[in-house]
Amino acid sequence: MADATFEPKIIAFLCNWCSYRAADLAGTSRIKYPPNLRMIRVMCSGRVDPTFVLKAFALGADGVMIAGCHPGECHYLEQNYKTMRRFAMLRHTLRKLGLEEGRVRLQWASAAEGAQLARAIRDMTEEVRALGPLNWPAQWSEEDGSIETAIQRLEEEHAQAMEVAA
Amino acid sequence: MSERVGVYVCHCGSNIAGVVDVEDVSRWAGENLDDVVVSRDYIFMCSSLGQELIEDDIKKEGLTRVVVAACSPHLHERTFRRACASAGLNPYLFQMASIREQVSWTTQDKAAATAKSKAMIAGAVERVKLHQALEPNEVPVNPNTLVVGGGIAGIQAALELADAGYQVHLVEREPSIGGHMAQFDKTFPTLDCAACILTPKMSDVGNHPNINLLSYSEVEEVSGYVGNFRARVRKKARYVNEADCTGCGICIDKCPKKVVDEVFEAGLGYRKAIYRPFPQAVPKFPVIDRESCIYFERGTCKACEKFCPTNAIDFEQQDTALDLEVGNIILATGYDLFDSRKIPQYGYGRLANVYTSLEFERLCNASGPTEGKIVLRDGVTQPKSVAIIHCVGSRDKRHNTHCSAICCMGALKFGHLVMEKTGAEVYSFYIDMRPLHKGYEEFYDRLLEEGMHFIRGRVAEVTDAARQPGEEGKLIVQAEDTLLGMQRRVPVDMVILMAALQPRADAKDVGLQFGISCSMAGWFTERHPKLDPVATMTDGVFIAGTCQGPKDIPDTVSQGAAAAARVQGMIAVGSVEVEPVVATIHEERCSGCRICNNLCPFNAIDFLQDKAVSYVNAALCKGCGTCVAACPAGAISGAHFSNEQIFAEISGLLYDVVRGNGAKALLPVEVPA
Repeated sequence: MADATFEPKIIAFLCNWCSYRAADLAGTSRIKYPPNLRMIRVMCSGRVDPTFVLKAFALGADGVMIAGCHPGECHYLEQNYKTMRRFAMLRHTLRKLGLEEGRVRLQWASAAEGAQLARAIRDMTEEVRALGPLNWPAQWSEEDGSIETAIQRLEEEHAQAMEVAA
Repeated sequence: MSERVGVYVCHCGSNIAGVVDVEDVSRWAGENLDDVVVSRDYIFMCSSLGQELIEDDIKKEGLTRVVVAACSPHLHERTFRRACASAGLNPYLFQMASIREQVSWTTQDKAAATAKSKAMIAGAVERVKLHQALEPNEVPVNPNTLVVGGGIAGIQAALELADAGYQVHLVEREPSIGGHMAQFDKTFPTLDCAACILTPKMSDVGNHPNINLLSYSEVEEVSGYVGNFRARVRKKARYVNEADCTGCGICIDKCPKKVVDEVFEAGLGYRKAIYRPFPQAVPKFPVIDRESCIYFERGTCKACEKFCPTNAIDFEQQDTALDLEVGNIILATGYDLFDSRKIPQYGYGRLANVYTSLEFERLCNASGPTEGKIVLRDGVTQPKSVAIIHCVGSRDKRHNTHCSAICCMGALKFGHLVMEKTGAEVYSFYIDMRPLHKGYEEFYDRLLEEGMHFIRGRVAEVTDAARQPGEEGKLIVQAEDTLLGMQRRVPVDMVILMAALQPRADAKDVGLQFGISCSMAGWFTERHPKLDPVATMTDGVFIAGTCQGPKDIPDTVSQGAAAAARVQGMIAVGSVEVEPVVATIHEERCSGCRICNNLCPFNAIDFLQDKAVSYVNAALCKGCGTCVAACPAGAISGAHFSNEQIFAEISGLLYDVVRGNGAKALLPVEVPA
């Protein structure tokens, strides 16, 4: 159950051309959204290395959003398709690591879609709030950090998961 | 050696300070963030006094890095970079935190806004410490310009540039330049004849030694960057050899095939299979419409060829591709008219005497299908009463929410012309009258005096079903008169629909082709809605006229001239600085796996066979960073967006969590060696 005072921390990567401009537009239009999302500007969503997302979680983020131009509208022609492919793999990996799907989100927002971006931020904030704190770093610190422990835990989790499936 | 960082928090009057506790934020940054040696807040950082604060601190305090927390970097990054540079600090050792667009304008929670501002400044400080000094690449600007669209906006832009002595390639999709304005009869509010003021400019374009007019042509491909674009233009086959054609028009007279002219005459008139859209067309060369030509259909006829005195007809002609090199591009691609059939209750296409505004322009144009006689579809009967319906497809959430800007004045103009030519009663059904510019209100007053009737109310229906005496054989316009507060049924002979101006159906594709963005509706997006209305986010690509939004002829001409002035500025300087944000491959780390090679849509990555490593051609690299993210060996670094810089920004943004949870965030991030 989520703590009533819990305020999720969400890191967002926005591309310079569409989604960062959408954020500018949301601001200029004075559209309100929760202050939980902290934005990083990259030139293209294709720049978002999956390790950026892992790093954000490892440092204590509760959610990560990647925002880019709509498919077919990328400033760099087709780089957001590469983002899409990477995102599919990243989400798969995160699922294996036990992360709920709602903690990562790929959001398309054109430069004209300030209102849509704000709505996505509101939705995601509420979704992550409902999921509760992730607190990855603290979970790790309980273990000794050795590879053996990590593998052992994975094996346990795997066995558990198989049980549920059967 | 640790860096000396200066942090400047802008109040932006009360825009930021009204929500964010700027003094607290600046004090906090000075006390809590490592390496911050100066931290100030100031009412307007972008003012010259604000910039001087930075410059003085760089000189006196020996700042090596600068962070300004203010508006969006899209607004003032350049301003502050210049300030840094003028004090001798490399402009790339600067970072902005957008605490206005992303914080103070999006929340009213003061505590949360202040906390978020601190996080954003922490992110910027951690990032800026890892910035590297970069030198912008200076590239020459090709003095030739590509203008796309030969309406009045494109014509104006092309003439301004050509008159200034620069070469212009003007590309027009249709067989003639002139655009919508060439179809109009009169122009409001002065009632100048549209052709009389437009055709001299058209022939100037046709005769100008500096203008390469490419009519009946389309841009197929664009590549390159500011100062150095390459465009491939497809010149469609006219089947008329331009070098031989004198424009005498005998071929048009002799052509036996007549078809409805859906484009220039808006479906009201006819043209031949070989045709010029209108007599004053520029260029004067006709075009064979392959779809309707008898020869192309059945293999015989060739009447045009037989009668052509200069043997200019060439049925074998093929489309040709031209490669142009230009420094700048002006898009002036215009608008489409709303399809009035989408509002079936107004009866267009079903009730004969319902016309669109463009049809009516042709109807009262002296060179139009009726030679300027305002008559019903039967071709003889003069209307005794005419209703003009405003906002057809505009200001309507089902179609276009925007105001089309020209319809009120167009309706007044039509009212005047109808009364002048036929003496008919004219009823205007409007939502609001919007005569905005110079002389417009006066024109409205004039029409009130001339006896045009104005009924404030959106029309519910146009019908031919008579219900009351006097309605038989008429079109009945049903509307609520919101000033009288009553329903009215007005029987008329003719209805004119003031159809909305819409973005071109292919505007999004065109935008994509030239690398610029569109609004939700499809209007091209300007760099700044007030202060930079003709530039776009893509350097070297400018927009003018109605492709940017609905506007009248004076505004369109102003934008055409403005875009040309911007281009002239670029040409006069002769070179432009290009952001040094490019990827670099470190040869010693590259394994030659070639994963990156296929990722680059600009073909900027080559594989060097002899060294078995990949290599980025900096001139072609646009700096998206996709290859940087993809390299499994971490051998590619992206200038100004390196992994280290972004990791540092993440840890700064999460300062409040990081410091609480024991994560090793603020330690340097290890990079694969």
